[in-house]
Amino acid sequence: MLSLEDITNTIHEWLNATLSPNLALLSEFVIVGFCAISLFATLGLVLVLMERKVAAFMQIRLGPNRVGPFGMLQTVADTIKLVMKEGLTPDGADKFLFNLAPFIVMIASMLLLAPIAFARNFQIWDINIGVLFLSAVSSISVIGILMAGWASNNKYSLLGAMRSGAQIVSYELSAGISIITIVILTGSLQLSDIVNSQENGWWIFKGHIPVLISFVIFIIAVTAETNRAPFDLAEAESELTAGFHTEYSGMKFALFFLSEYINIFIACAIGATLFFGGWMPFHIGHWEAFNHIMDFIPSSLWFMGKTFFLIFLMMWFRWTFPRLRVDQLLNLEWKYLLPISMFNLLLVTVMAIMGWHF
Amino acid sequence: MFIVNYIKDIFKGVKSLLIGMKITGYYFTHPKEIITEQYPDNRDTLKMAERFKGEVVLLHDEKNEHACTGCSACELACPNGTIKIINKFEINEEGKKKKAIDTFVYHLELCTMCNLCIIACPTDAIKMAPTFEHSVFDRAQLTKVLNFPGSKIKAGVE
Repeated sequence: MLSLEDITNTIHEWLNATLSPNLALLSEFVIVGFCAISLFATLGLVLVLMERKVAAFMQIRLGPNRVGPFGMLQTVADTIKLVMKEGLTPDGADKFLFNLAPFIVMIASMLLLAPIAFARNFQIWDINIGVLFLSAVSSISVIGILMAGWASNNKYSLLGAMRSGAQIVSYELSAGISIITIVILTGSLQLSDIVNSQENGWWIFKGHIPVLISFVIFIIAVTAETNRAPFDLAEAESELTAGFHTEYSGMKFALFFLSEYINIFIACAIGATLFFGGWMPFHIGHWEAFNHIMDFIPSSLWFMGKTFFLIFLMMWFRWTFPRLRVDQLLNLEWKYLLPISMFNLLLVTVMAIMGWHF
Repeated sequence: MFIVNYIKDIFKGVKSLLIGMKITGYYFTHPKEIITEQYPDNRDTLKMAERFKGEVVLLHDEKNEHACTGCSACELACPNGTIKIINKFEINEEGKKKKAIDTFVYHLELCTMCNLCIIACPTDAIKMAPTFEHSVFDRAQLTKVLNFPGSKIKAGVE
């Protein structure tokens, strides 16, 4: 059966056979970069459309339904519109930082792609500190957001950026602690190890209630980290007129918009890898026949299915819950999520030491 | 006791969030609930809601008779001078002079569809119609005369 692993191996062998090793490595870099950019572009188109459709159905509407069948080409049309628009820089803005900010945000989300395992043995860079890398690099994007807010020379933008800073910095804690619970159970920071440890069952099933709690905390924290409703205080259309990207237009705005959706994808991919076994198929104990059928589904489909399920969950949150106030937001983190996740971490540690998980 | 309240708070919060998600999840999985009217496409079959207020009409029956006595209660009730009633005197079959409307002038461009004139009308002569395609190229066309030419008051309406 043709898998992504075979394709990459074939390309690797062919490049090494035809070119010198250094040149082969260089051309592999180019190919990977091209693949990453095209993945981003398609993800942006698909996720924006998915968001609008999910939102519409949850609000008893139809959503985009004019461009193409069922409105499938709506986001393509929107992208064409955004490309044609003028990228305006306001007069009082800090021009250099203003133009740099969207790229910082975008690069931060692109870097996060490196250690994610998309399919069996299909990973850009399998570093042994994968989880640490992910949680460290994901906080770089706040610099881009602060930069955008400051350089816009606009009080709404600055307010939005400061809120975003407070929010991301505080929610990183509980996101990090809930990631650590899985690291404790696995005993490794390497993402391929974490996925392999779930061969006989995903952590969400193997880890009983403590892992379920840490999953709930994780999904709340990453919703806040990606600045999505109900934690979208940084944008807050109705009070801050889109916050940190008020002054952006055209493709620079599109980059912010795209990076929001890429961040969602990456956060959900991390969640799927840690709690739902990444590309591991769904196996039930000793049901050999059932397990074999599940193995026939390609691993990339498993990964994408889980990730899109989590993305749907986050969209479900967005279109159900009202936005929190700033004090409520910080209360939720410091008074509820952080104490619970710390207690939960203790519980998981005891569980891992005593071997109470499957 | 603090810790009990704290845990109670968490459970109450989670429960109410789940109730909200249940409702939106129900709508998501039941596309039949969608209430969107695809307006220009379904123009022929479009049915407006009973409560929709589009414009004021004076009701006429098949004998071209209406129930307006010309009391101008609607004119007084209107907050922004949308209605103007011009009266005349008719001589009825008993030879008495009787007040009747000459023209019922209605300025659609001033109307806010507040429904106060309909409430004020003592004989239920006027009503809100569910029409909404009011755009015209000339503003003068928005000033309408509501009583039909040649119409007269119903017998027995005082």
